[in-house]
Amino acid sequence: MSVYLRLYWEFFKTGLFAVGGGMATLPFLKDIGQSTGWYTYTDLMNMLAVSESTPGPIGINMATYVGFTVGGIPGAVIATLGEVTPSIIVILIVAMMLKKFRDNRYVNMAFYGLRPASTGLIGAACVAVVLEVMIGIKVLAADGALVNTFQLAGEALIKWPGVLLAAVLLVLTNVVKPVKDWHPIVFIAFSAVVGIVFRFAGV
Amino acid sequence: MKILWELFWTFAKMGVMTFGGGYAMLPILQREVVESKRWVTEEEIMDYYAIGQCTPGIIAVNTATFIGQKIRGISGGIVATLGLVFPSVVIISVLAGLITNFSHLVWVQNAFAGIQVCVCVLIFNAVMKLLKKSVVDKRTAAIFAVVLVGSVFLRISPAWFVIAAAVAGIILKNLEVKGK
Repeated sequence: MSVYLRLYWEFFKTGLFAVGGGMATLPFLKDIGQSTGWYTYTDLMNMLAVSESTPGPIGINMATYVGFTVGGIPGAVIATLGEVTPSIIVILIVAMMLKKFRDNRYVNMAFYGLRPASTGLIGAACVAVVLEVMIGIKVLAADGALVNTFQLAGEALIKWPGVLLAAVLLVLTNVVKPVKDWHPIVFIAFSAVVGIVFRFAGV
Repeated sequence: MKILWELFWTFAKMGVMTFGGGYAMLPILQREVVESKRWVTEEEIMDYYAIGQCTPGIIAVNTATFIGQKIRGISGGIVATLGLVFPSVVIISVLAGLITNFSHLVWVQNAFAGIQVCVCVLIFNAVMKLLKKSVVDKRTAAIFAVVLVGSVFLRISPAWFVIAAAVAGIILKNLEVKGK
């Protein structure tokens, strides 16, 4: 299958099954990277950082970025179109029977289960990034699940500078007023500076 | 034809101005399509936004499609969405090209290593925020826990969890009705 067709299909599935906005696409993008080998989880996190720091919906920015990484500008366009196609189809159908949809018992029941599941999927993605970035365990080799690919990425098991920065950021983004209401781009920029000053990549 | 252009540019403008995704978009959207263009009413936009959150896909895209179709049917829905994503495609393609060219530089690598820590925290915060809205009782807590653990340890597509959770929601709610 041509890479563009595969790209469109993978993003079509993402757009169809990711419920709850941009961040909900993350587990699917992780899955695409693992099953195709197009990019690593570290690549994906860099893309997420750029997507958070640029204008536009995060989900669309990530789709465009992944598409660009895989197939240049045509890839960017195709991935984005793939992701929005299910939305357009679903919304056009829902719009035709708006009243029925809003009051439908089964729709409400399904969403009772869907919302926590979507949160759980993003939570699992969070566990994987924390292990990889802060504990120095390479969790997501291109071929396997977390449990069978545990391996040490470097010599140190726990990356203390990263843990320390994370602790500072957690406090800044949740406790300190008015800092906690600042746009994420501020914290991303701050972390970039800390990374450069303290040589986080070890080079 | 003129209205389609107007839709495209209005939503393209929205795409540039929303910094941070769907949730940041609502106030700007209200000002633009309710107050200045008078395309939809306040109530309609709240409905669209609510449905946009509980249908698959990106919330901003869903809302844009909804407004577009209200004004100009199917073509309106498609054009509004294309307008919304247009700036992202341009901006990200340019940035991605630049970053690829500079990724060999030591300071760029160090910067991204720092940024990755920040991304961890941002994802964690997003999960915490979503938890408050989605885990409302013991059963939703169980669904969250099962999906979280399952997704960490099993190598299956997230789509299966989504389908199973929708079915579980329907079953659990039905049991609840019968139990009363």
